[in-house]
Amino acid sequence: MARNWTIEDLEYWDARIQEKVREFGLACFPQEFEVCDHEQMLGYMAYHGMPAHYPHWSFGKAYEKLRTLYRYGVSGLPYEMVINTAPSLAYLMRENSLCLQILTIAHVYGHNDFFRNNFSFRDTRPELAIAHFKLRAERVRHYVEDPSIGPQRVEEILDAAHALSLQCRRDTAIRKLSRAEQQDRALADAIPPRDPYAGIHKAREYHAPDLNRIPLEPEEDILLFIAENQPYLSEWQKDLLRIVHEESRYFIPQIETKIMNEGWASYWHFQIMNNLDLPEDLYLEFLVHHNQVVRPHPGDINPYYLGFRVWADIRQRYDGESQGAGQRKIFEVRETDRDASFLRRFLTEPLMRDMDLFEYRRDQGQTVISQISDADHWESVRDSLLKNVGMATVPVIRITDADFRHNRVLLLRHAHDGRDLQREYLEKTLGYLHRLWGRQVLLETTVSGASVTFSYDNSGLGEIRTGSAEQRNTHA
Amino acid sequence: MTESAFRSYSETGALRSDRSAGDRLRHRQKVREAIRENVADIVAEESIIGQSRDKIIKVPIRGIREYHFIFGDDSPGVGSGQGNSQPGQVISTSQGAQPGSGKAGSQPGVDYYETEITLEELTDIMFEDLELPDMERRKLREVMVESLRRRKGFRRVGVRAHLDKKRTAMARMRRKLAARTGIGDRPERFPFHRDDLKYRRIVRDLRFQSNAVVLCIMDTSGSMDTMKKYLARSFFFLLHQFVRTRYNNVQVVFIAHDAQAREVSEEEFFAKGGSGGTIISSGYLKALEIVRERFHPSLWNVYAFHCSDGDNWTQDNPTALRAAEELAEVCNLFGYGEIKPLNSGSYGDSLLELFEKIEADNFHALMIENKEDIWPSFKELLLRERTDVPADRA
Repeated sequence: MARNWTIEDLEYWDARIQEKVREFGLACFPQEFEVCDHEQMLGYMAYHGMPAHYPHWSFGKAYEKLRTLYRYGVSGLPYEMVINTAPSLAYLMRENSLCLQILTIAHVYGHNDFFRNNFSFRDTRPELAIAHFKLRAERVRHYVEDPSIGPQRVEEILDAAHALSLQCRRDTAIRKLSRAEQQDRALADAIPPRDPYAGIHKAREYHAPDLNRIPLEPEEDILLFIAENQPYLSEWQKDLLRIVHEESRYFIPQIETKIMNEGWASYWHFQIMNNLDLPEDLYLEFLVHHNQVVRPHPGDINPYYLGFRVWADIRQRYDGESQGAGQRKIFEVRETDRDASFLRRFLTEPLMRDMDLFEYRRDQGQTVISQISDADHWESVRDSLLKNVGMATVPVIRITDADFRHNRVLLLRHAHDGRDLQREYLEKTLGYLHRLWGRQVLLETTVSGASVTFSYDNSGLGEIRTGSAEQRNTHA
Repeated sequence: MTESAFRSYSETGALRSDRSAGDRLRHRQKVREAIRENVADIVAEESIIGQSRDKIIKVPIRGIREYHFIFGDDSPGVGSGQGNSQPGQVISTSQGAQPGSGKAGSQPGVDYYETEITLEELTDIMFEDLELPDMERRKLREVMVESLRRRKGFRRVGVRAHLDKKRTAMARMRRKLAARTGIGDRPERFPFHRDDLKYRRIVRDLRFQSNAVVLCIMDTSGSMDTMKKYLARSFFFLLHQFVRTRYNNVQVVFIAHDAQAREVSEEEFFAKGGSGGTIISSGYLKALEIVRERFHPSLWNVYAFHCSDGDNWTQDNPTALRAAEELAEVCNLFGYGEIKPLNSGSYGDSLLELFEKIEADNFHALMIENKEDIWPSFKELLLRERTDVPADRA
């Protein structure tokens, strides 16, 4: 595609767009744009958009995969990429036409506003993000270059840490209690509640809680827990675990708000472009691109499409109540919701029927529609959708005991929500967990309705049907 | 919001910024390791045998998946339709065929992928796997040949065909700029000068040429059925590929024999449904004759492999033994593969006992019972290759 723009053009249009941004009331960080070619774009994509990032082969794999898909035209490159930093940083593709650049710039301001205002990004420290990533990269490189450590041992730890990286707390807005606070809470919980019928039946007895138990409350931050409680790890190994953990913490808000965020940016680029008095040729080209971006992907969920439709629907419905109410409502929602609550609250039955959302199940290599959004089933289709957005795609697995049977066996419990774990992945991931923990690892879960405990020790994966676990214990 | 900033694209920045190079290399290494672990499986697959070297093979990569806890196949998903979806409608029939499913790790199929490599790359990996200890040290029978013409620099004189137009035009432009004296001083024409002409300099390269010939000898008597032929073919294929990795000029000769031997083309070799009895010595004598006539051992490295089901005519055995010893003399490596598929029912005679008498250490007789045997047997065979060079006997 021939390039028909200069940096001055971009600056001109950026100024026009900023006017509109202010007019609409979006509150953004200062914005930086970097023009790059497609190779650089692939590089940024592979490294989560970060200008500096620690090395690991999985990013090489991501790069190769993206490049292959791009070369064979399976997937195009995104027109832009924005990262959650302050000032916000966005990459523009050099190969794109002027119209696409304008569209992209407008879109970027939508993301920028969302990053700055949505509650889930509050603790991501965007002003330090780039520096943090750079420091972490330097630390990892330092370990790689250290002759007493070397690339291979670093890779071993990173492989294991990556396998568990998303096993962490997802409610970022809720503060994690310190151990002392957890102890206070355990003591308070142990006191029997005041019983108004104490005279009628026997009062509940006071059981002193075991305050030495580790962890006191089930623990979801697996990597962090290992770094703090595995005595045989070296400092550099613990540091690697923390690095991977911190990165996940940084990205979880983006995972949790994918649909809202893309929908919000698409909604605002649409508003801005429509109010920009574009020349006709640019405007027609814009409509083509816009429809490409927010079109439904049959059989799949396009977050741009879904988000765009829901935002527009909220605006329309609330505008019906009173003048300006829609605008106020969407600004409120963009601050206080994430994908799960956003869809639960605002994905209505007519909207679902209009988008023809359906639930499918895989059955012997076939994908079959199981339910459609009709009057009886739309809520259940919506609930299935909620299980497939954000962190709901990651099983909740908590450490319940780090000293099981007083033998430093790590006991985990999978909070089963109707979906079984994939067996092969479970085995391999438990293997990584075992590598990090250094002792036997047990995972309690449910398979096809029956309770099962998987065990991973030096001899590999074992399976204990529940009930026999205690028996085995007495034999051992 | 106060202002925004644009950073324009810089060519040099782009050149310096191949940040993923190290990680790609490491990933590539892991792919190779994974392929190496599966080589035996891939060889046992029928599709690679007898294919051209450019054929692209899909190799399933195991072991470099990124594992994490994920949900199994029983968990439902949600999609959008085109307005006419009905319960029970089948939307796709193959697993993981959801295009561009963006939900990380919601399906194992997304992370499972195949890599594509050419047959050539695959053979490289396969022979890396063999790790033959004396691979580098061995002196090959080599001849000096003028094999290549290379471009090396430029010069002022030459033939028209070698004129480098771009450089010539650049030289003229340079001269034109240098000749400019002042503003307005623009000559109408500025023709090429003889000094502008640049010719490509072509040099001849003297190289060592190493030659090898692979003699494929196969029993095509009535008792060789398709399965046996397939196993034989796999073996010839491997030998041929192996020889190709080490010599730059490799020829293949196919000798088919039943009671008498003929040199045939590859198609005939494998297609021929033969009949009649078996006289193995005829094949060996034919091979010796061909070596004597066309591939003198002082110039050629000879690799011979013979596949048979061992059903020889008993009276021929002494002659065959003598011929085999003679053939081992001229070859770098001479192998005999007795093919007895497990359920073929032909537990007739075996030549393995007979060939035990051959003392040459570059001779190796082996038994192939099924596809899985091929790769291990082949490895074993290659370890027998003679390390000294028989060229002095020439």
